[in-house]
Amino acid sequence: METRLSSQGREVVVSGDRPFVIIGERINPTGRKVLAAEMKEGKMDRVRADAIAQAAAGAHMLDVNAGIPALDEAALLVAAIKAVTEVTDLPICIDSSIIEALEAGLSAYEGKALVNSVTAEEERMERIFPLVKKHGAAVIGMANDETGISMVPEERLALARRIIERAADYGIPQEDVIIDPIAMTVAADPTCGVITLETMRLIRDTLGNNMTCGASNVSFGLPDRPTVNAAFLPLAMNAGLTCAITNPMVREVRRAVLAGDLLLGHDEYAMRWIASYRAEVAAAAKSAAE
Amino acid sequence: MSREEEIRAGLFEHTLNGHAPEVKALTEEGLKLGMNPMDILFKALIPSLEEVGRRFEKGDFFVPEMLIAARAMQGALVILRPLIAETGAQPVGRYVIGTVKGDIHDIGKNLCVIMLEGAGFEVFDLGVNTPPEKFVAAVEEHKPDVVGFSAFLTTTMPMFKVNIDAITKAGLRDKVHIAVGGAPVTEEYAKHVGADSYAPDASMATRMAKALVGDRSGTSQGAQALEQAVKLIDETLKKG
Repeated sequence: METRLSSQGREVVVSGDRPFVIIGERINPTGRKVLAAEMKEGKMDRVRADAIAQAAAGAHMLDVNAGIPALDEAALLVAAIKAVTEVTDLPICIDSSIIEALEAGLSAYEGKALVNSVTAEEERMERIFPLVKKHGAAVIGMANDETGISMVPEERLALARRIIERAADYGIPQEDVIIDPIAMTVAADPTCGVITLETMRLIRDTLGNNMTCGASNVSFGLPDRPTVNAAFLPLAMNAGLTCAITNPMVREVRRAVLAGDLLLGHDEYAMRWIASYRAEVAAAAKSAAE
Repeated sequence: MSREEEIRAGLFEHTLNGHAPEVKALTEEGLKLGMNPMDILFKALIPSLEEVGRRFEKGDFFVPEMLIAARAMQGALVILRPLIAETGAQPVGRYVIGTVKGDIHDIGKNLCVIMLEGAGFEVFDLGVNTPPEKFVAAVEEHKPDVVGFSAFLTTTMPMFKVNIDAITKAGLRDKVHIAVGGAPVTEEYAKHVGADSYAPDASMATRMAKALVGDRSGTSQGAQALEQAVKLIDETLKKG
């Protein structure tokens, strides 16, 4: 199954038969005080810099979130999307839990965006799917509903199926629903990792949809998060994850995804792996010379 | 060192390291020797959990360590709680807590529950996706010192205001302290919606709640015991 996302100048294809897609997570003011303060004043310099840096680090798409409490999120989100499209041609994942903001973001974006996100809650689906359809976008469907997040993989699968079926009712094709099987921290419950991986396998084998997740969640509350995140990604790729919202600026993560692609047969003759190695060696030599 | 002192030290150490079976065994042994349940709680277990919280705030301890320490302590609390209730001792305070309507993220809220119970609070956990009327009913019924709202999303944060308005409308606003928290919440936002306090994590939420009940009922047994616990911690730290 192929999910095609695009900007004006570029198309990205998410598929289990292709290299893994990294959706850069950095443009998000939650937990980033300086970025939040700047965005609040309407200053988008840091947003632009984050977009450029993530693109250079190998992001294939960029998540854009403007969730600052008590502010007009719709206007801020539109401004952030505009700032990002000024400096990169990476397709955008429009990230908000406020429907008006999603609507404004979709209207402002030129291309096929990914909407982040809908859940299996009827009320959310009823409001978000018409927007996704109207703008010809794709959407992330999180496998939870108003009762919470199930710790039973089969129940998450059932919710994923419900989201896909309801999307179809609105004329959204199956390939335009990317399921989030939900990654939670193993710090709170050591079974979280295996439950998420098992959910991925079930969704891949029975529904076949593309899948994404907030991959950095798995290590929340733990020391040395990059190593845990980097270990999680290839495990998840092998279980059916085809893209992830994560931080490409973290070397461990970036390298783990490339190595995962290589080992899963998505990097012919290891060309991408070798090229990225050479780029790192060249960068190191340059910084040593300076 | 007397056996009682050894037990207290052992309870402190084993709670700190999250050794649940040892904490349970030492609690039982202490009770058999005739140790006062309040002493076990306030001179060993609570100081230990406070130390856990302190280390967590400093970044020396991580979430799993906080969880197993709290779990170890809960094992002892199950034994101690009925005994303490028999003596007629009051809890340190009462706390009603829940995630707001529309929000199902509860890791942070659950940590708060564990820490608050560990600190001697009687906690009424309303769970996730709690509608305003349920908060109002719980405040009416349990008469808590504090009601805490947790929200993990920028979309559900506006429920703080809705909840506070509902509590005000029910004529309960001046009877309860309102605390808010959650990943996207800031001090500024807490003020903006008219909450009384904001805590960035479970450990701080607990410390603030304790400071609050201490202020309110300076002579209560709980607060006195708390002062002792704090003194004990200070001494422990000076020695260490």
